[in-house]
Amino acid sequence: MSDRLTPATDAAATAEAAVPVVADSSTAALPRSETPRAGWHVGTVVAARRETPNATRLELDVDDWPGNAAGQHLDVRLTAPDGYSATRSYSIASSGPSSRIVLAVDKLPDGEVSPFLVEEVRAGDQLELHGPLGAYFVWRPAVETGSPRPVQLIAGGSGVVPLFAIATAHADAADPTPFRLLYSARTPADVYFADELRGLVAASAPLRLDLVYTRRTPDGWPVPAARITREALEAAVIPAAHEPLVYVCGSTGFVERVADWLVELGHDPRSIRTERYGGT
Amino acid sequence: MQHVDGNALAGPLADYFSFDVTMARARCLGCGSISELARAMVYRSGAGTVVRCATCDAVLATLVESDDRAWIGFSGVSAVEVRRG
Amino acid sequence: MSFITRGFSGRSRERDDRLPPGQTLVHDFPVLSAGPTPDVDTAEWEFTVRTATGDHRWNWDEFMALKIDEVDTDIHCVTHWSKLGTRWRGVSIDTLFEDIETDQDYVMAHSYGGYTTNIPFDELLDGKAWIAFEFDGEPLDPEHGGPARLLVPHLYFWKSAKWVRALEMMDQDEPGFWEQNGYHIHGDPWKEERYW
Repeated sequence: MSDRLTPATDAAATAEAAVPVVADSSTAALPRSETPRAGWHVGTVVAARRETPNATRLELDVDDWPGNAAGQHLDVRLTAPDGYSATRSYSIASSGPSSRIVLAVDKLPDGEVSPFLVEEVRAGDQLELHGPLGAYFVWRPAVETGSPRPVQLIAGGSGVVPLFAIATAHADAADPTPFRLLYSARTPADVYFADELRGLVAASAPLRLDLVYTRRTPDGWPVPAARITREALEAAVIPAAHEPLVYVCGSTGFVERVADWLVELGHDPRSIRTERYGGT
Repeated sequence: MQHVDGNALAGPLADYFSFDVTMARARCLGCGSISELARAMVYRSGAGTVVRCATCDAVLATLVESDDRAWIGFSGVSAVEVRRG
Repeated sequence: MSFITRGFSGRSRERDDRLPPGQTLVHDFPVLSAGPTPDVDTAEWEFTVRTATGDHRWNWDEFMALKIDEVDTDIHCVTHWSKLGTRWRGVSIDTLFEDIETDQDYVMAHSYGGYTTNIPFDELLDGKAWIAFEFDGEPLDPEHGGPARLLVPHLYFWKSAKWVRALEMMDQDEPGFWEQNGYHIHGDPWKEERYW
């Protein structure tokens, strides 16, 4: 069974469309429409492993972590011996009350922080963290918010991280809201959380996964590698007439291209939440 | 260097405000539109952070930080709305 | 509590005795932006000097017909980087004001896109400032302020307004954009006049 990131129900229970475990459910962990106060914490790296050729999955133990909602991020601050510091934001791949949190960091070629997190950090290291941050790019199960609207998630590359957290929270709550994830990745090797995503598709909470490969496709893939087009977007996403809540995350260029097309396709701009990572 | 959006303000401003600034709505003095700061365009550099209206590009707010001080300007908004309770 | 991250040293920070205090030498040319990069065609470009008695205006061709200087100078950014020996071509403010009378002592520089910054008038004269349109032998790139930017190298580089379009004479020293928002009204790197 696929490796789960949150202390979820076990494999057998999942296969039987289990009832959510209360200790894990975001409804028990977090007050209605609120998120925990942001604070500075020190996290200890429990595991650092290659997620894709260009990215690392970091698991951290954060003693005083107050828990986080699905979609939130944190800031990592690195400090050199001479006092120089650099801070960057990373979406959290996990959610819920656990003090074990997961990040997936994409290495930027001229980055100051990401090459360090991807190449240098190892188990036992400590990192200064500021979070959890952000209440806007967040999703909570329908049980709590009572919203019957379907949810469309659209990920460009490493933008999948908060959307993966959201899809996982959806599955962990066995939430009946129809979900779709449209995920654009360069090649099959660049797909983050590939095993976990397969598990989420198989889980009881309805999730349809559409993958688009922009540089190289798997053998036998029905379409050639190409960037998402407006037509492909329209074919994959929940129709505007169904008034989905839409979450788009990725590079600034990707997010703005997709968001503009969604509005052209009739989606209400107020129903579209975006998180830009910078870059084109 | 590409811009990002107001989600990026959550960390920097959490040190100064007790409320989540990204969910706070503000009215743009340039065009009158009212929107959560998470939806604004954010330009960050070593010189400082500039928050611009997503509708009309007018500067809504700025943040400058030195080693020992910070300057927070809300020059382009008429008011900031914060939820209570 | 000072937390130090194991194994992190950041980018190399090269010091040099020729630099003002707190500066580090760089060999690239960082781009710092406060907003979208304006897209200004030289066919539409205009430059204005506004005095109490009226406006003086040049279009691009008229501007290029003025005396052009070759400039070799050091530049210093408030964000602690400096570049030595940068090469520019531009029209000096002395040349612009040859036929302009003014008794106002301060200037507000205005840029396409809305940026402003203030400088004392006498600090733009006597070979201290230019409207520069070439950097390192090439037309000035839009991300570095092209078609033309103000160049005032003896002050921190935020005073060298990118995409400059006008110099407006003022009676008093009024703060421009960054000066209103935390930066020093004057900005002398040798006195580390960075912030309020």
